[in-house]
Amino acid sequence: MTDATTPSSVPAMTPLSGKGSLLVQDARTRKRNAAEKRFKAYGVVAISIGMLMLIILVFNIISRGTGAFQQTFVTLEVPLLAEKLDKKGNRDPNDLRKVSTFGYAPLLRTAFEDKIAQNGIETELSPKAMAGILSAGAPAQLRDFVLADPSMIGTTQQFEFLASSRVDGYLKGRVSRDSIANDKNISAEQLDFVDKLIEGGSIEKRFNLAFIIGADSSDARPEAAGMGVSMIGSFFMMLVVLALALPIGVAASIYLEEFAPKNWLTDIIEVNISNLAAVPSIVFGILGLAVFINYMHLPTSAPLVGGLVLTLMTLPTIIISTRASLKAVPPSIRDAALGVGASKMQSVFHHVLPLAAPGILTGTIIGLAQALGETAPLLLIGMVGFIASNPPDSIASGLLDPNSAMPAQIYEWAKRADPAFYERAWGGIIILLVFLITMNTIAVILRRRFERRW
Amino acid sequence: MSFVKLTTSALAIAALSATTAAARDQVQVAGSSTVLPYASIVAEAFGENFEFPTPVVESGGSSAGLKRFCEGVGENTIDVANASRRIKEKEVAACAENGVTDIIEVRIGYDGIVFASDIAGNSFEFTPSDWFLALSDTILVDGEMVPNPNTNWNQVNTAFPDQPIQAFVPGTKHGTREVFEDKVILAGCEETGAFDVLKAANGDDKKAAEKACIALRTDGKSVDIDGDYTETLARIESNKDGIGVFGLAFYENNTDKLQVATMGGITPSTESIATGEYPVSRPLFFYIKKAHIGVIPGLKEYAEFFVADEIAGPDGPLSEYGLVADPKLEETQSLVSEEAVLGGNS
Repeated sequence: MTDATTPSSVPAMTPLSGKGSLLVQDARTRKRNAAEKRFKAYGVVAISIGMLMLIILVFNIISRGTGAFQQTFVTLEVPLLAEKLDKKGNRDPNDLRKVSTFGYAPLLRTAFEDKIAQNGIETELSPKAMAGILSAGAPAQLRDFVLADPSMIGTTQQFEFLASSRVDGYLKGRVSRDSIANDKNISAEQLDFVDKLIEGGSIEKRFNLAFIIGADSSDARPEAAGMGVSMIGSFFMMLVVLALALPIGVAASIYLEEFAPKNWLTDIIEVNISNLAAVPSIVFGILGLAVFINYMHLPTSAPLVGGLVLTLMTLPTIIISTRASLKAVPPSIRDAALGVGASKMQSVFHHVLPLAAPGILTGTIIGLAQALGETAPLLLIGMVGFIASNPPDSIASGLLDPNSAMPAQIYEWAKRADPAFYERAWGGIIILLVFLITMNTIAVILRRRFERRW
Repeated sequence: MSFVKLTTSALAIAALSATTAAARDQVQVAGSSTVLPYASIVAEAFGENFEFPTPVVESGGSSAGLKRFCEGVGENTIDVANASRRIKEKEVAACAENGVTDIIEVRIGYDGIVFASDIAGNSFEFTPSDWFLALSDTILVDGEMVPNPNTNWNQVNTAFPDQPIQAFVPGTKHGTREVFEDKVILAGCEETGAFDVLKAANGDDKKAAEKACIALRTDGKSVDIDGDYTETLARIESNKDGIGVFGLAFYENNTDKLQVATMGGITPSTESIATGEYPVSRPLFFYIKKAHIGVIPGLKEYAEFFVADEIAGPDGPLSEYGLVADPKLEETQSLVSEEAVLGGNS
């Protein structure tokens, strides 16, 4: 990255006493020029291979993952029958709570029977099979609605339910009549029924915000799963990392770079920090399990522990980049400050540190981005599984209640049996990439705008 | 600057209070990845229907889960361990050593283990002997145990196509592996007569003979999969000759990519497993620490909800997902409500 412009080819050099002409290159020059051309070609090939891989990767991610941002919805008018939901008829919330989601399922069957009667749809499906095109979460949606407003009992309300993952896959082209030949979760008749509902406008596919802000869901309803809660988990972990790694890392590097004597002890520390930066992240997970959970008795699956583990992982990155940017501040600045009578500390905090700040920030952001995409240590401290289902309600609960993290959520989805989760895993990768690209862009912008060259 | 100060002090307070934190308010579960889907379905429905928060379910394998379960009693240990096999005596002893004495065993139902290959490939009708002859380290040829010479399926059974043997079996940390060894390889070992030869060779030691029976070949024809079924599926997609071992529920979710083989002439399904016709099935369990009941809110309710008719019964969501309902579910329900512990004196 030098600014000097290099001539495209070395001018022909001819010995004065030779018979060569200035216009004709001799063999040696041609050879050197050819070597340079070859080297440039290698470079172009290397970059092209890299770019090609990147394009293939991005294309793959986007083509597989965008489906997750859309979801199929079924619009349905559901009669909230009082005799099913409130047998005593007193609208007492405690009695209403006793009706479980299983008590709400028959309402959906009734709703479908009404629907085909009204619209004159002919089908041989049983009401239960018709309700089978809905997500398994539909009764819970009804129940939440009724519990939030018991006065709705007895009325007929219009609801938008998620369609089951097979129906959703049918609209997205993932599921076809051939592929479900042996599938017991959906039948061809159900797909015919879906076709009729699409014609009637009751089923449509559109953008699904719940994928971005919602919570994870169980294996029975991939259509309802979202990244939102694990995103909050990641956010709290990053908060912990930032609050711990930045001050500790910067303080350590300032001391090592500006104050510490240069002797064998600091040499050993330096070697160890570089070593630590290269330690595989899973090792930090094992350490975290042993120290934070088994010894200090911090709760498992908590973002606080995840953050502490990632702090250990990020510290070396921050220390190394901070030391590099402190080193880049020319000694003349320090000398000038000391020369006008500033103390060592004043020179560091008033002059050196502000000049090194852009570099420190860049290093921190890149360290955070690294930590954001880390999965391995989280496996060991219990942040992978069916976890991210309760959104935290306060800062303390955000730090201490079990949660997952974005990469851990993606890993978890990729493991699950239903192919619909696979699509969501790719969708999750897109969200994670957006975060990483944003962070790295901020780092580049900061460096460009505030970095000073001497 | 004040924001940084605020967050730092909030963190410090949180870290301090965490060590002396009040009772954990959600149930924590870990263990078998086969039970994980069922446990997560129950946990989700539990969170929806009760005032308690949704339980946390982690996976990692039956052995890993039981190991964590046996680490001790207290809030930072798990309350429930899922297992795709029964707890071993060794594990009960390890539990007892750490003070985990009263363990409640809950059987939630049965799970079938199926053999499936790529949908476009050949179809198979297996018997346990076929698998023994294909995968065992040594097989019986002319009255002598020799290193397994079979490389293609048609050498194992002339009815099979000429397809190289390539099997993806669960790794040893999975409970599924044990069932595969017990119900398929060992059964095949006995059928082919290799068991008797091995028993005679080991001086009538049944245990040693069994151990010799289930030793699988290590020449790459049989590959241990330590990950989940998705990894097995990926292996089969890249190697069309491969035959994998799956759970029934996983196969039923991927019928567009996999075809299932019959075992002893029976096609696996929840029905054929429930009647016991399909031979390769195993019970699924979860284990509860009795000491945590009453301390961790919702623990007993979770256990009772798990085995309730509407969840684990034949028409419940678990059976819809692929679990074979336990015909003796009622016994399990009363066992849970009475909190009857293992080795039961209460």
